[in-house]
Amino acid sequence: MLADGHEVSVLDENPEAIALLNKGQERSWEDLGGSFTVGTALEIDALLQAGVEQADAFVASTDGDNTNLVIAQIAQRRFAVDRVVVRVLDPARAKWYAEQGLQTICPTQTAIELLEAAVRGRIRFEGVAG
Amino acid sequence: MYALIVGAGKVGWNLARELIDKGNEVTLVEEHRRRYETVEEELEHAIQYGDGTELWVLERAGIERADLVVAVTGDDEDNLLICQMATEKYGVDRVVARCNNPRNLQHFELLGIKPAVSATDLILRLIEHEVPKYGLVHLLDLKEERLEIIEMEVGIDSPADGVRVADLGLPDGALVISILRDGGGFVPVGESVVRGGDEVLVVLDIGLEEAVTQRFIGRTEAA
Repeated sequence: MLADGHEVSVLDENPEAIALLNKGQERSWEDLGGSFTVGTALEIDALLQAGVEQADAFVASTDGDNTNLVIAQIAQRRFAVDRVVVRVLDPARAKWYAEQGLQTICPTQTAIELLEAAVRGRIRFEGVAG
Repeated sequence: MYALIVGAGKVGWNLARELIDKGNEVTLVEEHRRRYETVEEELEHAIQYGDGTELWVLERAGIERADLVVAVTGDDEDNLLICQMATEKYGVDRVVARCNNPRNLQHFELLGIKPAVSATDLILRLIEHEVPKYGLVHLLDLKEERLEIIEMEVGIDSPADGVRVADLGLPDGALVISILRDGGGFVPVGESVVRGGDEVLVVLDIGLEEAVTQRFIGRTEAA
């Protein structure tokens, strides 16, 4: 997204996580214009510092489904962010929250569909797919 | 009544015991195997093993027919979602959520989960009640009715000392409902005289706190 010319701000509770953003890049994430804030997503101060009020889009993709579902709703209802996307591993919860108006992305469901298509021979992968 | 309790920690386990003793049907859900096994020795079939934020676990525990869902895990996000799904997906009438970190209370409010009970907050209120160092204690906030009840100690040098309730000059929307004195208490009438050292309970419209405390404490910074 940053390479596409968008402003991108990343919030992570682990200060070391910026190393992942810098990895394999010639210039550092922050030199390239990205922001990085350390904090947990339920802290309103951290969200504000990361610029949630200015955001046009909000992605909730921590490793916890429940955390993602809560912060996505905070972004949507409290900060009125236009486009909110949320990662939910559990297909059942992803489905119900999608029906409630959240855009949920369920990697488990995606994998199931790809696997099924490959098993049925509808698609064929060479090397790594997905 | 059928109560579903998610989280078999000290709060959940003891709550389950109390409700069972009072003749209610209870199912407890616990996601940690060892904790589940410990509690299962006592409660037997009244506890189930599983992650109480998963729909199939809640459904297996009979959430659809629950009269009450109590979410008391150690994780605020989990408690929020359990109560949200209970209310909005399964139509449960009454939910109670535990809020572990009082800073998260605003999120429970945002998502319409009430009541959310914060032990830290309750303990803080009790401490304030015991040690009225701020001069004023919030006893009750009735947000929907837009009323609150506060308790204040009338200082010896208070402008209210020796003044009749009717002459206190309280703003409209504020009423002295009780005066506590010498270990007892009474409901005052207009003629009752306030004395230094009294504790007064006042019911008021939200927003009048400052004007009311001024009448009793005299100094705004003491509130």
